[in-house]
Amino acid sequence: MERYYKPEDLPKFEEIGQEAQKLAQKFFDYYSTVMAEGELSEREKALIALSVAHAIQCPYCIDAYTQACLEKGSNLAEMTEAIHVVTAVRGGASLIHGLQMRNVAQKLSM
Amino acid sequence: MNSDLKIQDLGETARTDSLGRDLFSQALSRHGQKLERGETATLQINVGLLCNQSCRHCHVSAGPQRKEIMDSETVEAVIAYARRNRFNSVDITGGAPELNPHITRLIEGLSPLTSRLMVRSNLTVLNGIEMEALTALFIKHRVILMASFPSLNEEQTDSQRGPGTFKTSLNVLRKLNSLGYGQTDSGLELHLVSNPNGAFLHSSQMQMEKRFREILGRKWGIVFNRLLSLANVPLGRYRQWLTASGTLEQYMAKLSSAFNACALEGLMCKTLVSVSWEGILYDCDFNSAAGLYLGGRRIHVSEMAGLPAPGTAIAVSDYCLTCAAGAGFT
Repeated sequence: MERYYKPEDLPKFEEIGQEAQKLAQKFFDYYSTVMAEGELSEREKALIALSVAHAIQCPYCIDAYTQACLEKGSNLAEMTEAIHVVTAVRGGASLIHGLQMRNVAQKLSM
Repeated sequence: MNSDLKIQDLGETARTDSLGRDLFSQALSRHGQKLERGETATLQINVGLLCNQSCRHCHVSAGPQRKEIMDSETVEAVIAYARRNRFNSVDITGGAPELNPHITRLIEGLSPLTSRLMVRSNLTVLNGIEMEALTALFIKHRVILMASFPSLNEEQTDSQRGPGTFKTSLNVLRKLNSLGYGQTDSGLELHLVSNPNGAFLHSSQMQMEKRFREILGRKWGIVFNRLLSLANVPLGRYRQWLTASGTLEQYMAKLSSAFNACALEGLMCKTLVSVSWEGILYDCDFNSAAGLYLGGRRIHVSEMAGLPAPGTAIAVSDYCLTCAAGAGFT
């Protein structure tokens, strides 16, 4: 395989339904309902999705939600801040496990 | 502007199928549609390409160095045409219309002839004491202002329209508000026009309007009537930028995938006749920029007695995809 990730695959996402149409339909219906305006605006949801895309490090999602954020009126400063939020949470998740490390170390130490 | 140059600008990246059809014609064919003129109700007038800004998205490549300006003889011919036909709406555009030396005569001549007289303003041109008389003229004739305000973000706005545009635009909007523009029941309509800052399309106009209203009001105390979200048309300076940035193909694909056959009926070219700064007639300002004449031949406004006949084929090219994308174009 020449490369694992191909940008031209992104618009073909729906093809995943070819072997399991009912499951895919349920997923895409759920997906579009989730991303539609509700208590949160579509713009806010796109910023959350962009953050998550970076947390899960999905290049397709980063590409798609960068475009979505711009289309829905976000700017680069807002998008960068959103990525810092997910970075802070990820970093915090590592750091909070330091307490587990401390507990183990303290139990073993004199 | 030289017509050959206009066509050449478009031709370098135009895509056609084996039948020589552009992308828009291919989309029409796929949907079994054709594009013909309906009853004409709007007169659009491009008074010239001179502008105080050189915006990167401009489909007519307007700027401070442009010399193409509608002269007084053509202004009189346009007024006479409006008198002969009585349009519901008149839409004055440019360049910056305010910089045409005959703009006062044009507004005074057209105002009694239509119920909706619109001027498309980039706002920054109205910043300065020399424009106070013109603002007073707008108020006197209840001119509807279509004001460019692409983004709520200073960096995005200035990168598209030039340094300082955002702050100056806010100042001018505040001044227009203080004069009654955009205020409820003042009779002075102020509409904002937003456009994307790159090779992408805006999403919901309704949601954007809600956000612009909330933020402009809360941060700067600015009010307006409606917000229009318009896509950038791949012509002129914008097409050059798309080509240079390597995003033209991606943008055209985006427009193609957003093609909405239901939007065709409401396209402005069906009900609008556009007059260029030279007085030549087109189906729209975009065709004017590309040099595609109304009815396929160069007709001066002084030679046109009536309105274009309903059923006349509308000249199209690939950039027409912009107007048929999503909810359409106004």
